[in-house]
Amino acid sequence: MTRTVRRTRRPLPWAAGGAAALLALSACSSSGSDSSAKPDSSGSGEPSGEVTVFAAASLKESFTTLGEQFEKEHPGTKVTFSFGGSDSLAASITGGAPADVFAAASPKTMKIVTDAQDASGAPATFVRNELEIATLPGNPGKISSLKDLTKAGLKVVLCDEEVPCGAAAQKALDASRLKLTPVSYEQDVKAALTKVELKEADAAVVYRTDVHAAGDKVAGVEFPESADAVNDYPIALLKDAKNAEAAKAFIALVRSAEGQKVLSGAGFLKP
Amino acid sequence: MTLPTDKPRTAAGTLRPGSPRRRRVRTGVPLPLLIPALLGLAFLIVPLAALLVRTPWQSLPAQLTSPEVWQALKLSLICATLATGVSLVIGVPLAWLLARVDFPGRGLVRALVTLPLVLPPVVGGVALLMALGRNGIVGQWLDSWFGITLPFTTAGVVIAEAFVAMPFLVISVEGTLRAADPRYEEAAATLGASRFTAFRRVTLPLIAPGIAAGAVLAWARALGEFGATITFAGNFPGRTQTMPLAVYLALQSDPEAATALSLVLLAVSIVVLAGLRDRWMSAG
Repeated sequence: MTRTVRRTRRPLPWAAGGAAALLALSACSSSGSDSSAKPDSSGSGEPSGEVTVFAAASLKESFTTLGEQFEKEHPGTKVTFSFGGSDSLAASITGGAPADVFAAASPKTMKIVTDAQDASGAPATFVRNELEIATLPGNPGKISSLKDLTKAGLKVVLCDEEVPCGAAAQKALDASRLKLTPVSYEQDVKAALTKVELKEADAAVVYRTDVHAAGDKVAGVEFPESADAVNDYPIALLKDAKNAEAAKAFIALVRSAEGQKVLSGAGFLKP
Repeated sequence: MTLPTDKPRTAAGTLRPGSPRRRRVRTGVPLPLLIPALLGLAFLIVPLAALLVRTPWQSLPAQLTSPEVWQALKLSLICATLATGVSLVIGVPLAWLLARVDFPGRGLVRALVTLPLVLPPVVGGVALLMALGRNGIVGQWLDSWFGITLPFTTAGVVIAEAFVAMPFLVISVEGTLRAADPRYEEAAATLGASRFTAFRRVTLPLIAPGIAAGAVLAWARALGEFGATITFAGNFPGRTQTMPLAVYLALQSDPEAATALSLVLLAVSIVVLAGLRDRWMSAG
């Protein structure tokens, strides 16, 4: 080991050269991926090129549909999605991830982005989402309220409190003065839902839209306390958007009557 | 490390600085090799250095003494050690089987054993759920016969970590066994030892460095395990939330805490590797 290190000591200037080359390399790779969108975005009017949308996990089904619709309406465009927990998406945006649009599942996670001055203009609320309990098909645990989740022997998963669905669930539990100890705090709403779909957990507190999307793999139980924790979903154009033209057009589609129809079809509430 | 540099290194003690041979080697490093090599070195070192640079040293003591961090660290150390123990108990015999017993389909079995090495850990987690989950093909019997469910438990963490880490041990031990001279075992057998006694009294001491190296690798892999753990065992502080999970979730809300936690993992890894370096080297 020592020998190797000593041997490289003499041509040390090369180390600086190597580091510079590394920097150049990384600069290259990031500009390389951008260039694909650039030539198209120069033209004004008709949107074209690639749009990158970071969206909350709960928007997966409806946004995928809207993305296909957008590509059909504007030939030459391509919508790329990254779905995940709103908080981790927000963290990647403030960390410099290349995105054009951010759709969060809570104003709090959107605030991370606006506080970092990474959004262009004020975010707009485009839908609202209510919590619902997802349980096994046929509801074998006979769950009919939030309180039933605290029953002994019931395996409940919640979203982690950092994630909007977890924060909302905690808010609903606090509002009804319930203390619930889950078996796991999942990293996003889809992970929580999956645990019920796989029958590993008996119930999860997720969004109405997730229960909707899971079809007959889970049974949904609505509970009145969910009214205390309705999540507003804000959407915003990002400041460093490479393709602002097409990004604006995508946001417009989401907020249009046509877009709202897709979203309410998925179980979202009107803003 | 390439072979040619390995050889002089083992004889490094006999080479004096400034000896003719050394000088020739020093001037003989061709640039087309040196530049990518330094680039490679920088590529591996810079991110770790960045972690050190960005560590919030001011708030570090407060971050590290928080009960959550200790809880996660303790759980990580316990689970990684148990997972290594499980790997040793079933992995060493498996390595022996692969190295010493000629059975049909041995190549295929070896390939299957190494599969978790290249499998994305999340896929491993899903596979574990399918097998050992409450509704899994084995798990449903565990549940209905013994009332044992593994997901969301500390035992689940150990299983997820062992699943991902054991191949490292098996590969390492099998390699050592192949390199070890089987004639020692044969000699033991001619002296009347059973095959198991020969394994216990002759083979095991012979391959101990290889086992140690494999155990360290497996332990380190288990300590860093994330994907299979969060998929199979979930995330609950004190029960299944190991350090990597805590780092990931802290990064979402509190990057400073995540950096501090990462530093702890880095320090633990360095201490372990440094402590066992000599044994590892001799096993190579």
